[in-house]
Amino acid sequence: MHIPEGFINLPTSLGAAAVAGGSVWASLRVASRDLKDRLVPFAGLTAAFIFALQMLNFPVAAGTTGHLLGGALAAILLGPWLGIVAVTVVVVIQALLFADGGLVAMGLNVINMAVVTALVGWYVFRAVVKVLPRRPGVLIGALAGAWASVVASSIGFAAQYAIGGVGGVDPGLVFSSMIGVHGLIGIGEGLITAAAVGAVLTARPDLVTGTRGLDDLDRAATSLSRKAAGGFVGIGLAVALALVVFVAPVAGSHPDGLERVAEDTGFAAVAEDNAYSGPLADYGVAGLDNDALGTIIAGIVGTGLTFAAGMILVGLARRRSHSAEVA
Amino acid sequence: MSGGHLHALHVHGHSPVHRMAPEAKVAALLAFVLGVVATPREAIWAFGIHAFLLLAVVTFAELPIGFVLRRMTVEIPFVAFALLLPFLGGGPETQVLGIGMSVEGLWGAWNILAKATLGVGASVTLVATTEIPDLLHGFDRLRVPKLFTAIAGFMVRYIDVIAGELQRTRTAMTARGHDPRWLWQVGPLATAAGALFVRSYERGERVHQAMVARGYDGRMPVMDERRATAIEWAAAMALPFTVWMTVLLVLVTP
Repeated sequence: MHIPEGFINLPTSLGAAAVAGGSVWASLRVASRDLKDRLVPFAGLTAAFIFALQMLNFPVAAGTTGHLLGGALAAILLGPWLGIVAVTVVVVIQALLFADGGLVAMGLNVINMAVVTALVGWYVFRAVVKVLPRRPGVLIGALAGAWASVVASSIGFAAQYAIGGVGGVDPGLVFSSMIGVHGLIGIGEGLITAAAVGAVLTARPDLVTGTRGLDDLDRAATSLSRKAAGGFVGIGLAVALALVVFVAPVAGSHPDGLERVAEDTGFAAVAEDNAYSGPLADYGVAGLDNDALGTIIAGIVGTGLTFAAGMILVGLARRRSHSAEVA
Repeated sequence: MSGGHLHALHVHGHSPVHRMAPEAKVAALLAFVLGVVATPREAIWAFGIHAFLLLAVVTFAELPIGFVLRRMTVEIPFVAFALLLPFLGGGPETQVLGIGMSVEGLWGAWNILAKATLGVGASVTLVATTEIPDLLHGFDRLRVPKLFTAIAGFMVRYIDVIAGELQRTRTAMTARGHDPRWLWQVGPLATAAGALFVRSYERGERVHQAMVARGYDGRMPVMDERRATAIEWAAAMALPFTVWMTVLLVLVTP
């Protein structure tokens, strides 16, 4: 998720830095008005918490693991403004000290990982707890907020790529594979966020900023039932696939940013053009006359392939870091 | 105080680069990376100059080259991603080793590889030669909001405390037979994350009370008043200045 130097062009990066700087500055102001002199130790400690959380590897399947992004969790627990500040500090420290993500690209990363995740996570959560009854509402809100935050973050990336990305990859392809993969990743994020919020709700319900102002919190559920979790996984998968199938071809046929591909009619057409440039291209059209069906299959397969490639990469990186720790 | 894995980022030394005022170093790093990113990707020779300059600084700072290279492996995921671009990019194609690749994608991959590598190398060099508290002071003096650097300082100070707490929780869970393999077995870990949040927050409350008891009024005291001298600024800026001159040269040559 961390965008390196040179991936998005300079004007876009600088524009993003200005937007990110303004958002973080405003968030700092609101947070410091709320917390006064408590802000520094609280935000510092919660940033350390999110940093530690990202070091905690959760199992996904068959020995592969992933980690939490934490933007939605931070927003639900701390409110969106302190959440933005805490996650931004994490992103900035990762870039500065660990060279994880570029310095010029820092604005892009702060927008995707801190601002968008915290705001989307917070507002989706608040919308759900207002509509649903207390008992399942809080946890379903956390599930939905965390899932939406991850998907929104990937949309942010795809938009940035469409505006100023290098490499000439069709924005529609970037959009559909990012959104598909993150629709899957978001399921894990949602389950873990909901369980973590439930745990805090049991121990210190007063600390969950997202449920302030709600009455009869006592009746709120603090752990997910098997059925609810299973239902969420099903819905998450369905929505991820629906996004790939229905939204991506539309987005792909209107690539606003890059005029160069404006003539391409979307994913399938691009896949057809480059039929010899990758296995994905074969899936787009091979043996299928129906353009729309080809697009859909290419979208689904692209999502699966990208997800698998990501998993293998993460697995390799993890093995590397483990051996580094042992050494 | 910042112990543990953060110490692994720093190489103790007394070279001129180590001793330079942090604000000059931070400003030089930012200007250097900006210059690198602004370099047109077609000017391959310019990246050679940038790399040579960076290498000169690394040598001047007496950093072991193996250490720098090892630290630079963080960019491996980006590299892997960049290597995909020639296969995914659109537009005209060219033959490389008998495989069709997108020209735009190849340039994109080169752009990321060159710029990300130089950026990571520069960051690694800065962190290896500057203690973290100094680094944060440097940002302070470059007019980054004090509130922000103070929060970042707290985070850096407590990362190892919180991560240690997490590690002990995991050890305790493993000792009791918790060894999750699949996503649906993740419940206890997520609960541990919630418990960790409560502990971190409560620690924040205690730390705040301890600070107030020692006279904290919302502003962190400044201990080190030393500022960068004009000579230090000039020395630090020599690096990005050369980079920017190179960029200018690229832009004016047809």
